[in-house]
Amino acid sequence: MTAPPPDPLLEVTGLDVFYGDFQALFGVWMSVAGGRATALVGANGAGKTTLLRTIAGAQPPAAGSVRYRGRDLTGVPPHRRISAGIALVPEGRRLFGSLTVEENIQVGAAAAASADWPLMRIYDVFPMLARRRGQRASTLSGGEQQAVAIARALAAAPTLLLLDEISLGLAPRVVGELYQTLTALRAEGATLLIVEQDLRRAMAECDDLVCLLEGRVALASPVPAVRREQVVAAYFGEGARPRSGGAPT
Amino acid sequence: MNPPSLEVTGVAKSFGSLAVLTSVSLAVGAGEAVGIVGPNGAGKTTLLDLLTGTGRPDAGRVWLHGKDVTRLPPPLRARMGLGRTFQVPRPLGDLTVFENALVGAMRAGGMRGRHAYGAAYEALALTGMTGQANTRSSALRLLDRKRLELARARAMRPKVLLLDEIAGGLSDPETEILIETIRSVNASGTTIVWVEHVIRVLTAVSTRLVCLADGHVLADGRPAEVLASDEVRASFLGGGVLGGGVL
Repeated sequence: MTAPPPDPLLEVTGLDVFYGDFQALFGVWMSVAGGRATALVGANGAGKTTLLRTIAGAQPPAAGSVRYRGRDLTGVPPHRRISAGIALVPEGRRLFGSLTVEENIQVGAAAAASADWPLMRIYDVFPMLARRRGQRASTLSGGEQQAVAIARALAAAPTLLLLDEISLGLAPRVVGELYQTLTALRAEGATLLIVEQDLRRAMAECDDLVCLLEGRVALASPVPAVRREQVVAAYFGEGARPRSGGAPT
Repeated sequence: MNPPSLEVTGVAKSFGSLAVLTSVSLAVGAGEAVGIVGPNGAGKTTLLDLLTGTGRPDAGRVWLHGKDVTRLPPPLRARMGLGRTFQVPRPLGDLTVFENALVGAMRAGGMRGRHAYGAAYEALALTGMTGQANTRSSALRLLDRKRLELARARAMRPKVLLLDEIAGGLSDPETEILIETIRSVNASGTTIVWVEHVIRVLTAVSTRLVCLADGHVLADGRPAEVLASDEVRASFLGGGVLGGGVL
């Protein structure tokens, strides 16, 4: 007899999301096991950001559910999801430019799930931010700003960290440093869901891969079990059309 | 030989220190349906702006039917037969579908009286919107707002129509209807240049695909060949799809 698989930390079932009558997600299904890093890939407009925002509670779905630790989050507002341990690092950082580095990080602590991530611990992870703690966020470099955005999410002591295109517009060296930080977070038990444009990096850094195509799940697989041709076909929509609502096999 | 319907020669455009287009040359012949693809930041929107006249190139020229229109503003290009659709259509909600198409014929197309009425009717017939001619456009669903946007642009009887990301957000059956609509606009003799993320839809209509990456033309040819190119795939997916990568 084989043991049943452990309950996923996050389970998304049959998500339909609309902007007005523009349908962005069509019956999206995915699950994320605790402690794993999942890469979310797909072309522009495939629905990656919408999926992260829906999980974070920033976008209400028209149908389907988001379950976290077995609990249905329908109707739970974003700040309560943060307190439950879900934090989003939004695309484009969205910092408060007139606040200091430290004030930005403290904003993230307002609805923190626990006191596990005090400032000193965050500064251990991001020593460069400790040196700039009193500086206005708008005066930082792109990579430093991205570090503040991640630090702000960490201040909420998340169990599940949602990261939207943290590499955008950054030099490869800076991106490498950010990913080193993520590796350190994983070692401490964080679960990551990462939107990443660079497939090579996504597959090098993550355990699982989910590819969205036109608002549908075209591929979901552990990274070691996926072949190059499968990812390319899923990304460009070659071969069979993904079904709405079903789990890919 | 006739000059190309629409052509850019060596266009470049920078915003501050950011070079968005380095040197792009592209000629589109009469009747073609050309799709433009490319990853985020490839310069697709900037190129579209240079074609419509919303933006001016720092270098290079834009040609419409063999005439240099580089310094011509959008309304004058429209009168020369260049139409466009917008990614977020904003029909005049208090007006009917027919009245919206009529505005396209009169304002952008410069037609009057029965000529304008005829062009508006023709555009509605071509886009399958005749049955909803008297519906207020604010009552339309997404697919029909998209078809109205095509009708409004077609009502000025453009020789060249630029489409800006028109395919997203539809169900599968609705997508098929939109594909048929764009095909019939193209088949009516309108040359189409189309920037689009939904590649499946683009390749269903386009006879030719151009891939932009890092501000230049990376590939230009038959859709299947362009999409099969290793360089094109790598430009979308990062380095990992090529042989010897982590895959």
